[in-house]
Amino acid sequence: MATADPQVHDEHEHGEFIAHHFDNAEQQYDSGKLGIWVFLVTEVLFFSGLFVAYTLYRSHHPEIFDQAHVFLDKWLGGLNTVVLLFSSLTMALGVRYAQLGKNKLVAFFVLITMVCAAVFIGVKAIEYSHKWDQGILVSSAFNYTTVHAVPATAIGKALHISDYLVYLSAIPAILLVGFLIAAVGFTVGGKKILGIFCGCMAITAGGYFLGVVGAQVYMNVTDGGVGGSHASQPILLYAQEDHAADDQAGAVDDHGDANEEHSADDHGSQASHGPDPTKFVRDIGIFFSIYYCMTGLHAFHIIGGIIALAWILWRSLLGQWRSDYFGPVDYVGLYWHLVDLIWIFLFPMLYLID
Amino acid sequence: MGTTIKATPEIFGHAENNFFNASSGWKSWAFTLDHKRIGIMYLIGVTTALFLAGVFALVLRSHLWIANSEMLTPAMYNQMFTLHGAVMVFAFIIPSIPAALGNMVLPMMLGAKDVAFPRLNLMSFYLWVIGTGCLLYAILAGYGLDTGWTFYTPYSIETESGVIYATAGAFVLGFSSIFTGINFLVTVNTMRLPGQGWFKLPLFIWSLYATAIIQILATPVLGITLLLLISERLMSIGIFDPRYGGDPVLFQHFFWFYSHPAVYIMILPAMGVISELIAVYSQKRIFGYSFIAFSSVAIALLGFLVWGHHLFTSGQSLVVTLIFSAITFSVAIPSAVKVFNWLATMYKGSILLATPMCYALSFIFLFGIGGLTGLFLGALSTDIHLHDTYFVVAHFHFVMVGGTLTALLGGLFHWWPKMFGRMYNDMLGRVGCFLVFTGFNLTFFPQFVMGSRGMPRRYATYDPEYQIFHQWSTIGAFLLGIGILLAFAVLVYAAFKGPKVGGNPFKAASLEWQSSSPPDFHNFLHKPVMTDPYDFDAMVYDEDLDTYIHREFADPAKVPPRVEPIHH
Amino acid sequence: MADHHDHTSFAHPVSVKLLVTVFVALILLTILTVVSAGQLPRPFGLWVAMGIATVKAALVMLFFMHMFWDKPFNIMAFMSSLLFASLFISMTLMDTGHYQDTIDQFPREPVAQPAAPAQP
Ligand code: HEM
Ligand SMILES: [Cu+2]
Repeated sequence: MATADPQVHDEHEHGEFIAHHFDNAEQQYDSGKLGIWVFLVTEVLFFSGLFVAYTLYRSHHPEIFDQAHVFLDKWLGGLNTVVLLFSSLTMALGVRYAQLGKNKLVAFFVLITMVCAAVFIGVKAIEYSHKWDQGILVSSAFNYTTVHAVPATAIGKALHISDYLVYLSAIPAILLVGFLIAAVGFTVGGKKILGIFCGCMAITAGGYFLGVVGAQVYMNVTDGGVGGSHASQPILLYAQEDHAADDQAGAVDDHGDANEEHSADDHGSQASHGPDPTKFVRDIGIFFSIYYCMTGLHAFHIIGGIIALAWILWRSLLGQWRSDYFGPVDYVGLYWHLVDLIWIFLFPMLYLID
Repeated sequence: MGTTIKATPEIFGHAENNFFNASSGWKSWAFTLDHKRIGIMYLIGVTTALFLAGVFALVLRSHLWIANSEMLTPAMYNQMFTLHGAVMVFAFIIPSIPAALGNMVLPMMLGAKDVAFPRLNLMSFYLWVIGTGCLLYAILAGYGLDTGWTFYTPYSIETESGVIYATAGAFVLGFSSIFTGINFLVTVNTMRLPGQGWFKLPLFIWSLYATAIIQILATPVLGITLLLLISERLMSIGIFDPRYGGDPVLFQHFFWFYSHPAVYIMILPAMGVISELIAVYSQKRIFGYSFIAFSSVAIALLGFLVWGHHLFTSGQSLVVTLIFSAITFSVAIPSAVKVFNWLATMYKGSILLATPMCYALSFIFLFGIGGLTGLFLGALSTDIHLHDTYFVVAHFHFVMVGGTLTALLGGLFHWWPKMFGRMYNDMLGRVGCFLVFTGFNLTFFPQFVMGSRGMPRRYATYDPEYQIFHQWSTIGAFLLGIGILLAFAVLVYAAFKGPKVGGNPFKAASLEWQSSSPPDFHNFLHKPVMTDPYDFDAMVYDEDLDTYIHREFADPAKVPPRVEPIHH
Repeated sequence: MADHHDHTSFAHPVSVKLLVTVFVALILLTILTVVSAGQLPRPFGLWVAMGIATVKAALVMLFFMHMFWDKPFNIMAFMSSLLFASLFISMTLMDTGHYQDTIDQFPREPVAQPAAPAQP
C-alpha cells in the first residue's frame, strides 16, 4: 500500500513521444494496439451488413448470381488481388523496419504500398467505367446494352476511352500535376523533405494511371475496350448461359419468364454482341447493387488507407520511428491488412462464382 | 518532487486551483483534451438535447389532451413524435451516462490522468455536435421527418421528408458513440492502477466496459444500415426495396441487430450508477460483487441474441420467432440478478436518504416495472395483442426514462460535488426527485392500461374511450417536466453558489473521491493509492478538511508525496 | 530511475524471409483459386473458394498482422468480431427465407428496359 518512498513516484523519463497521460512507452504502445484492434472489430461489423445482404440474395436467388457474375472479369479481379497482397507484404516490411528504427526503409516500403493502393484504384476505375458505359448499374438504373457508349468528351474522343474514366481520373490527374509542381517548388526552395514527400505523393498519383493504363490495355487486348464493340465476357456469358439455362430451368422458371421464347431467333446475332438482355432473370440488377456497395465501400477504405499511409510516410521522412516508438506504423499497417483481408473474401465472392 | 506532506486541501479537500481555472479562454475548452472538460461539454450538450426533445414531448402530450385534437395536423404530429424519439434516443440517452458522467469519472476511478485517447474523445464530442446538428437540420430546413425513430423501410424510402439528413445525423452520432466505446474499453484495459485487478474495479466501470463492448460490436451495424438506406434514397439500390426485388423486412433485422443491443447501451451504464449509489448510501459493501459484474457482461452478450422480438408481427418465421422469444426471457435473468443484489446490499445497511439515494430507489422500482412488462412483450401470444400499442410505449419509457434518466439524475447529484466542489440543497433535490417520480408514474402508468385496452401508438387521434388516460398522462408529463427542471435548477445553482465541499463529502471509497473537489487538471496531485472501492469502514473523517479520507492518509507519515505534474 | 522496461521488449520484427514466404504462399493460393473457379461441381466450388480465402486470411492475420506473436486479448477481441458477424448472418438467413414468396409476388418497378442488341 501507500509508501513514502519517493523513488516510486518519480516519473519515468518522459520521452517527447510519450503522451503525458501514459506512464511509459509500452503502455502507450499497448493502448494504441488494442485500440486499433478494436477499431478493426468495428470495421468487420461495418462490412458484415453487406455480407448479410450478399449471403441472403445469393442463397435465395442463386440464378441472379449465376447470370450476373460473368460481367466481372476474374483476371482483373485477380490482378487486383495480387496487387493488394503485394502491398500487404511491403506494409509488413515497413512495420519491420520501423521496429528496427530504419526510417528510410520504412519510407521506401510505405511508398510502394501507397503506389499499389493507387494501382488498385486505377484498375477499379477501368472496371467501373466500363460497366457504367454499358448501363450495368444498381438495380433501379440497370439498363444493360451490348454496345459501349460513344465518348463525348474531348479527352474521351482523343484517347478513345470512356467518358466515365475521364471523370474518374480528373482528381488523380490534378493531384499528380499539383504534387509534381509542389515537389519541384519545394526542392528548389530548399525544403528538401517536403519536396521528397510531394514527389512521393506524385508517384502515388502516378500509380493510379499505371493501373488505368494496364487494365485498359488488357481490356483492349481481350477486345473489351471501347474500341471493340463486343466485350469478351458477354461472349463468355453467352456460352455459359446456354447450359446454365438447362440445369437451372427449374429454379429460374418462375422469374425468367422471357427465358426461352427469344433464344431461337436472336441466337445468331447475339453470339457476337453479348447476352440478350431480354434473357436476364428478374432482379438481376440487385447483384450489381451489392457489388457496388461492397467494392465501393472497400475502395473508400483504400483511399482512406492512402491518406493514413501518407501521414506515416511523412513521419518516416522526418525520421520519427525508433525501436521503442513505432506504434503508428504498426496501427496503420493493421488497418491496411484488414482492407486486404476483406478483399481476399470479396474476390471469390464476387468474381469467382461458378 | 516527492516530499512528504500532510493531507492538504489541494490534495483531498476543496481545491481553489482546479481543472476549471487551470487554463482559460474559449479555446481552452473548445480544444481541450481533458476528459473532465469534455465530460462537462457533453453534459451541457446532452441536457440541451433532453430539453429540446422534452419540449417536443410536451407538445405531443398537449395535442393528445382531447380525442380529436386539431392542435397539430396529422403530418405535423408524425414529425413531432419522430423528432422526439430520434433526438431522445440518438442524441440524448445513448451518450448521456457514458459520455457525460463516464467521461468525468472513469479515468479517475482507475487512478489515471486521462482516457487512453484524449483526441479521439474530443473528436467523439464534435461528432456528437455535428450529428445532432444534422438531425435538427432536418427540421430547421423545413424537411421534417416522419418515419419514427426506427426509419422502417419501405416508408422511409418513399416519404418526402428529410430522411437523408436525419439518417446522416444518426450515422455520425453512431461514430461518436463508437469512439467513446473504443476509448473506454482500452482505458480500462491498459490504464488501471498497478494492483487494481479486474475485481477491484468499481461496478460502474464494469458496466461501462460492458457498454463499450456493445457500442463496438453493434453500432457499426447501425452505420451500414443507415448508409444503405441513404443509398437507397439517393439511387434506389433496391436492397430494401421490394419494387426491385429487395427485402424491406431485412431492414428491420439490420436495424434491431443494432437497436436492441443499443437499449442495453442505455440501461447498462444506468445500472452501474445505481450499483455505486446503493453501496455508498447504504454504507455497505456491495452484495454479490462478481454477480453484478458478470451480469453486466452477460447482458451485453445476450443482448445480441434477442433482436427478433421486435419482429414478431413483421412476418418473421415461426421457428426464429420462438428462438428469439425464448432467449428474450433469459435476458431478464441477469437484470433480476442485479436487482436482488441491490436489495440485499441495502438490507441492514445504514441507509441515508440523500437525493442520489432517492433516485436510486426510484430506479429500482421503475426499472422493475419496465423490465417485467418487457416479459409480457417477449411472450408471443401477448405480444401479438400488445405490439404497437401504448403498452410498448409505456414499457420502454419505464426503462429509458424511469431507468436511464433517473439514474443519470441520481449520478449527477452524486458526482456533482466532485465535479464542481460545491454542495446542492438536499431538500430541494429530494423534492425534485419526488416530482420526477410522481410525474413519471402519472404519465406512463395510464399508458399501460390504455395500451392493453388497444390504444395504438403513433396515432394523432383516438377513440374518446381513451381520453381519460391520455389526460392523466398529459398532466403527468407536465409534472415530470417541472420535476426535471427543478432538479437541474438545483444542480446549476449549486455549481455556482452552493457551499464549498471537500474531496469526499459522501464517505465514498472509490478512487475518484481520493482527489480534491473539483479535481486538479491532472486529476490527482498525489500518486493515487489502490484502495477497496467498497470498504467504507476504511474512510475516516478529517476535521481540518471537513471531508472523508482513507485511513491510510490520516497518519501524515503515510500521506503519499505530492507529485509535480509534468507539463509538455 | 531504475528502468525495468527493456525498451525494445514490445517490438517483434518479423524476418524478411518469413514475410516473403507468406507472400509467395498467398500468391500460389490466389492462382489456385482463380484456376479452380468453375472447375468443380456445384456446391464444392463455393466451399473450395471460401476455404482458400479463409486460409489466405489466416496467413495474413497470423504473420502480416503479427497475430502469432500478439497478446491473447487482442486476438480474442478481433475474433469476436467474426463470431458476431456470423451470428448476424446466420440468424437473419434463418428467417428471411420464410417470406421470399411475398417479395417475389410484389409488383416490380419497370426497370431494366432491355435495349435491343444493336446490329453492327
Ligand atoms: C428485461 C428486459 C427487457 C425485455 C424482456 C424487453 C422486451 C421487449 C420487447 C419484446 C419489445 C417489443 C415490443 C413490441 O414492439 O411489440 C420491447 C420493445 C422495446 N424495448 Fe424492451 N425489453 C427489456 C428491456 C428494455 C430496456 C432495458 C430498454 C431500454 C433501456 C428497452 C427498450 C425498448 C424499446 C425502446 C422498445 C420499443 C422500440 C420501438 O418499437 O420503438 N427494453 N422490449
Ligand atoms: Cu428489444
